[in-house]
Amino acid sequence: MLIRKHPSVLVFLSLLAIFTVAVTLMSEAYGSGVIATSTVKTLGKTLCLALAAVAMDLVWGYAGILSLGHMAFFALGGYMIGMWLMYARTGEIVAATLATAPIPPTPEELQQGITGQIFGVVGSADLPLTWTFAGSLPMQLLLVLAVPGLLAFLFGWLAFRSRVNGVYLSILTQAMTLALSLWLFQNDNGFRGNNGLSGLQNIPGLAEVPQAVISIWFLWASALLMAGGYLLATWLTAGKFGSVIRAIRDDETRVRFLGYPVEAYKLTVFTISAMICAAAGALYYPQAGIINPAELAPIASVYLAVWVAIGGRGRLYGAVIGAIVVSLLSSWFTGGRAPALDLGFARIEWVDWWQVLLGFGFVAVTLFAPRGLSSLIDVVARLRPPRRMGTDLGPDFSALREREAEA
Amino acid sequence: MRHLLLTLLMLLAPPAFAQDLASVLQTHRDQIEKPSRRTIAPVIEALAGAGPQAGPVLEAWADRRLGLSGERFVIVEGDRATDAVTGTPVLEEARLLKPNSGVRGLIGAALVQFQLADSDPARRAAALDAIARAPDDTHLAALRAAGDEPDPTLAARRARLERLLTIRFDRDPQARIAAIDTFSDDTGADLQAVLNPLLATTRIVAPKFPEGANVAADLTPGEYMPEDEAYRLLVDAGLAPARLAPEAQKLALAAHVVNGAVGGVPVAELSRPDRRDAAYDALAAAGLVPPAATAAQVERAVSAHRFADIYTEPDSGVTDAARGALRAMALRQGVMQAADLTLDALSLASIYFLAAIGLAITFGVMGVINMAHGEFIMMGAYTGYVVQTLIGGRTLSLVVALPSAFAVTFLAGVVLYRLVIRHLASRPLETLLATFGVSIALQQIAKNIFGTQARPLTAPAWLEGSVGWGEIVSISTIRIAIFGLALLFLCLFLWIMNRSRLGLEVRAVTQNPGMAASMGINPDRIAMLTFGLGSGIAGIAGVAIGLFAKVTSELGSDYIVQSFMTVVVGGVGNIWGTLAGAALIGFLQKGIEVMNPANTLAAQTWMILLIIIFIQFRPRGIMPTRGRAAEA
Repeated sequence: MLIRKHPSVLVFLSLLAIFTVAVTLMSEAYGSGVIATSTVKTLGKTLCLALAAVAMDLVWGYAGILSLGHMAFFALGGYMIGMWLMYARTGEIVAATLATAPIPPTPEELQQGITGQIFGVVGSADLPLTWTFAGSLPMQLLLVLAVPGLLAFLFGWLAFRSRVNGVYLSILTQAMTLALSLWLFQNDNGFRGNNGLSGLQNIPGLAEVPQAVISIWFLWASALLMAGGYLLATWLTAGKFGSVIRAIRDDETRVRFLGYPVEAYKLTVFTISAMICAAAGALYYPQAGIINPAELAPIASVYLAVWVAIGGRGRLYGAVIGAIVVSLLSSWFTGGRAPALDLGFARIEWVDWWQVLLGFGFVAVTLFAPRGLSSLIDVVARLRPPRRMGTDLGPDFSALREREAEA
Repeated sequence: MRHLLLTLLMLLAPPAFAQDLASVLQTHRDQIEKPSRRTIAPVIEALAGAGPQAGPVLEAWADRRLGLSGERFVIVEGDRATDAVTGTPVLEEARLLKPNSGVRGLIGAALVQFQLADSDPARRAAALDAIARAPDDTHLAALRAAGDEPDPTLAARRARLERLLTIRFDRDPQARIAAIDTFSDDTGADLQAVLNPLLATTRIVAPKFPEGANVAADLTPGEYMPEDEAYRLLVDAGLAPARLAPEAQKLALAAHVVNGAVGGVPVAELSRPDRRDAAYDALAAAGLVPPAATAAQVERAVSAHRFADIYTEPDSGVTDAARGALRAMALRQGVMQAADLTLDALSLASIYFLAAIGLAITFGVMGVINMAHGEFIMMGAYTGYVVQTLIGGRTLSLVVALPSAFAVTFLAGVVLYRLVIRHLASRPLETLLATFGVSIALQQIAKNIFGTQARPLTAPAWLEGSVGWGEIVSISTIRIAIFGLALLFLCLFLWIMNRSRLGLEVRAVTQNPGMAASMGINPDRIAMLTFGLGSGIAGIAGVAIGLFAKVTSELGSDYIVQSFMTVVVGGVGNIWGTLAGAALIGFLQKGIEVMNPANTLAAQTWMILLIIIFIQFRPRGIMPTRGRAAEA
């Protein structure tokens, strides 16, 4: 049903499957080894970022809420899984050290050892309250969804209830992520300050498995999550719920007057999107290996919006295309692999000028291709937006266009 | 000059004293030659009593300039030497005496009375300085014995010093209390230094309090301090055996492993604390380890003793007076600090106001947020820097920098408007993102041109330094200048908006663009000019900020979130809203910083949280637009 209505889902899923199988067959662990392990990790991380972009598209492209704080949820998910990874991994090391002692350690001694290892950096000796469940994987997995979900719910409830919208809401979400990152930057609140959580690539219990294999496992997990998230997002946007949130995007007041509980719809889509983001983050950071509060900087969330805008908002595959293209291009340019451009009077080193290109490119996309890169697909599929012709007649966005009125 | 006076003094000195000095010197020759700190005091006293002529001798002795030439004492001055008693030049070789520092301290104390009576005010001031630096109880007598002081300022200083020394060294508690009470409105650091030691306490633990102890605080265990802490004090005082620490227990157990078991408990079970205790008890029962103090023993020991903080100062009247004085002092200091803080907050608010005013203009008139606003601030600061490298004089360069920063950013604003914003009219979210693209590009361009290191933008000399009232309240001149600049722009803005043709047209376009257009106003041109004006003010703010902060490519982004907050909190309706928003944020930030001085990060976190909550109650800011002009 869903696939019949949205054939693009099938195309997307098959492309994803082909990509995953191809990477596996070219990997060092299960194939020819053409693709280095670090590249596999980059690809896996890019899939997670693409999923975050899908979540962003859900709130921005479909519900019209420009959240400039979505990376906060992404990073929070990473922090939640990172706590378990770090705790369990340190626990293994401490247990191995204490096992050589003549007297077996008590659970308290074990915990003290772990605490000393993790929090020695910030000069603390007690396990913070926030780490109560750090030893249990199921609890932390639950928290991966629960903490960002709860934060999004609270924030959204406060913001939507008092009818904060438009630019105000964007600025507020930005303030939220800034506040959170500043809070995490402090040493004394139990998240290791600016040291962040590190060594996340070492999976507890899998010390014997080489990173090449683990990276492929993570790629599979990322692809699975991507597929799941994409299906969920498609299902959400395809049905009646999707129609309502698109209507809210186009004219919130009218939807409210039609009797729909606008706030509840917005809150639902905001929270779900935050949770998708968090799940993506929970898979991203074990592949990145380290997470610190800089990941929550407002700029990161703005980049997320940039990806979605470049890819084309209002369609899920657009977000995916944008995230993949821009983040891969970005790592290509900033990695120093792009050839420098010689203009005769000046030499353009892309490491220095990539940001400029990205900035102006982004402005160009906003101005000339509001539907983003995915409008290329429209060209191929011969889809065209209705020709509305000319500039606005009135001051209002939905006003008739000049020549439309004549016709 | 000083030596001339000394010589005059010597000449004027009555012979009887000179005789006296000579005889004193002769009597104690051996002691003076090889002084010992313990026995020299009477000699110094005798010398000090030998009349005014003894002053230079004591001084020379303390400076290691007193020498022996045969039988005579001589004072060596550079490569000349004079007889210590008669003042006649001595030609023979002199052997200098080298008193140790302890003896020199004693001599210095005796010297004070001579210096206090000196005819040179500078020397009398120096003597007071010396006393203030290292007071002791002999100084008190010297201060009281000293004659009238002709110089009123020195007299006041001497009286104050005398009272301070009375508090510290007088033997009569009533006199000390009276002296403390005289300092009723004083916050001097020297007074604090005198009062604080009076309140020094020692923590004692004993079965009973000592007789007549001046108790500062009776610490009942479990109420004023934890039982563990109390027991630790007992252990430290040697009144109770130490508790068995887990580490010690572990070591003891590890030392008694026999056949894979300790005291009959298998080693594998020792990962449980209760099994460890059982094993230890078994060992103790076998007499292998000393028995550990049990919980009941600990409780009994703690309840059998009393714990208290006792003042080292025995007299309770003095400690009460000192405590009262310190409390009053803290209150006065608190008031001063509050005043200082208000100034700081005002200055912060004026910076935010300057940074936000341009944003408020564009947001208020066009409803678009210019994310590149921070980069315009940065652009203004770099313009100031470039102007300063071109023009030498600091004052002149600042005078040139302000208008050129305005011009540069005005142009940049107009270009941004023509190229980008005009085409995105009535799509605020897209404008926000497009200007963000401009912002990252501009930031990177600045980085490529000027490098990542900070560039200095130096203020002219007349803007350096600070203005202050008292010891605590002070504000740097630059901040006053910025405050003035903010005021100036407030007035300028009000004038443009309410009195000029441009302002009239801007208000018309803000309220109803369609109607304004039909009245012959070109809304596009007005919007462009407004945008340029807002950007130009950002440039000026950049110069102002650059004067006290380092100019980097990230300068703008440091202020942009606060500027957004200012606009959002203030409401876009009018300039007073922006002013109120800036004041609220400035005062809030300073206020939170004071509650949590060590942690500015926490301050910012709380501020943003408070603002988010504030928006809940005033979603359109402090001063929202009302009526038909307000959007739905």
